[in-house]
Amino acid sequence: MKTKKSPKAIWWSLFAGGGMAAALALPALIIITGIIIPFGLEANEPMNFDRIHAAASHWLIKAIFFLLIALSFFHCANRFRYTLADVGLRSVGGLLSFLFYGGAIVGSVIAAVVLWGV
Amino acid sequence: MSAYRRPVSNMWWLKRRSYIWFMIRELTSIFTAGYCIFLLVVFYKLSQGPEAYAGIIAALKSPVSVVLHIITFAFVFYHAITWFELTPKILVIYRGEERIPAGLIAATFYGGWVVVSLFIVWLVLLA
Amino acid sequence: MTLEIFRYRPESDSEPTFQTYEVPFKEEWVVLDAINHIKDEIDGTLSYRWSCRMGVCGSCGMMINGVPKLSCAAFLRDYYPGKIRVEPLNGFPVLRDLVFEMDDFMAKLTDMQPYIIRKEGEEKTLEDGEYLQTPAELAHFKQYSMCINCMLCYAACPIYAIDNAFIGPAAIALGQRYNLDSRDQGKDSRQELLGSKEGVWECTFVGECSRVCPKDVDPAAAIQRAKVTSTIEFFKDVLIPWGKKK
Repeated sequence: MKTKKSPKAIWWSLFAGGGMAAALALPALIIITGIIIPFGLEANEPMNFDRIHAAASHWLIKAIFFLLIALSFFHCANRFRYTLADVGLRSVGGLLSFLFYGGAIVGSVIAAVVLWGV
Repeated sequence: MSAYRRPVSNMWWLKRRSYIWFMIRELTSIFTAGYCIFLLVVFYKLSQGPEAYAGIIAALKSPVSVVLHIITFAFVFYHAITWFELTPKILVIYRGEERIPAGLIAATFYGGWVVVSLFIVWLVLLA
Repeated sequence: MTLEIFRYRPESDSEPTFQTYEVPFKEEWVVLDAINHIKDEIDGTLSYRWSCRMGVCGSCGMMINGVPKLSCAAFLRDYYPGKIRVEPLNGFPVLRDLVFEMDDFMAKLTDMQPYIIRKEGEEKTLEDGEYLQTPAELAHFKQYSMCINCMLCYAACPIYAIDNAFIGPAAIALGQRYNLDSRDQGKDSRQELLGSKEGVWECTFVGECSRVCPKDVDPAAAIQRAKVTSTIEFFKDVLIPWGKKK
């Protein structure tokens, strides 16, 4: 029985990269924007516009956040697309792939544009 | 062959506790993507100037924002711990004849997680 | 103790039913003992598969209160005094009572080419002797060779239940058993099947297969490792298309 090698490997590797990046980086970021800043736990106003804007303008910061965000989009696309297939939408699998991976591509482009503009 | 095919329910995942936790794990991806969209909004406001940026930072202090963050954290944290729990099973590495123990690989990832988290906090708030 | 058993007789039933039986409770009995008692003393028409009654042949897999188990390994005392519901393994078409059609499973095992494959010109003749292997090399794949083909993993896998085209946990673990065997040179040949869309990519790592495996084969880990290998193979194919020798 011969079947073609599937390009699903591409989506899976993006999913795996996104999962690793999100697992490593997002929890700390969420604590910062969800607990530390709202409750004023930071000292010396590090979140002031000038400091943050200067940091975010650096190409390396932009590159890192782009990777984190884009990979997370692909991670979500792959995971959610398969979750939908697992609960009954298997017959429209091709359409789901197009919508979700397409969405992740669009999201990544938007991320690139937004980060470029900082 | 008059073999009988039993019908499969789309609610199969409600039938066992392990299936339910699996589904929760899968749904964490929505919160992961959602938080990334939020990060992009912050960057966008940053690019729009000091007033826009101050607006979003002020919005973080609202109860709605804090509650959403806590829920998001719960899901993203669950993603992280299941991710690091499963990675050592996949990364089977041999050093010569000996297999590197799964516990060591897990410890490396958890350790790396702590280091990266501390680095991010330092970078964003202290550097 | 009360056993509620799935009945289906194709010559007379259009739909399956459940039949309730009362069996004695004995400390040392397993569900298989109870079913054998039913067959011998109460209802000789009940059909089911079994053989070794000690957890090595893989014949007696059944859904016991919704969980795939070997009926020779499920003790009555763990369910007493509750009722035990016995059904054929999930995901497979039912032929009669607890007997299901396993042709699909057998075909998938065969398609995986579960034998040592050597490259052209590298086979040894009988006179050349055995392919030698160290204990360390054996350790690489030994876990995956412990599979008793009991199909509990297929019954646990929600993907297989939804889509029978998925080649499934045991077949992939079997593929890994040979791919990781130092005597084998056939991983390119198996990669077509493993890397196909009915192969490893259907798996969403629910992990239930490994939870129910009576032999600790851990097929879920085998599948995820195969995903990593398949990804590397895919990119090697795409980025380095030359240099593939038969």
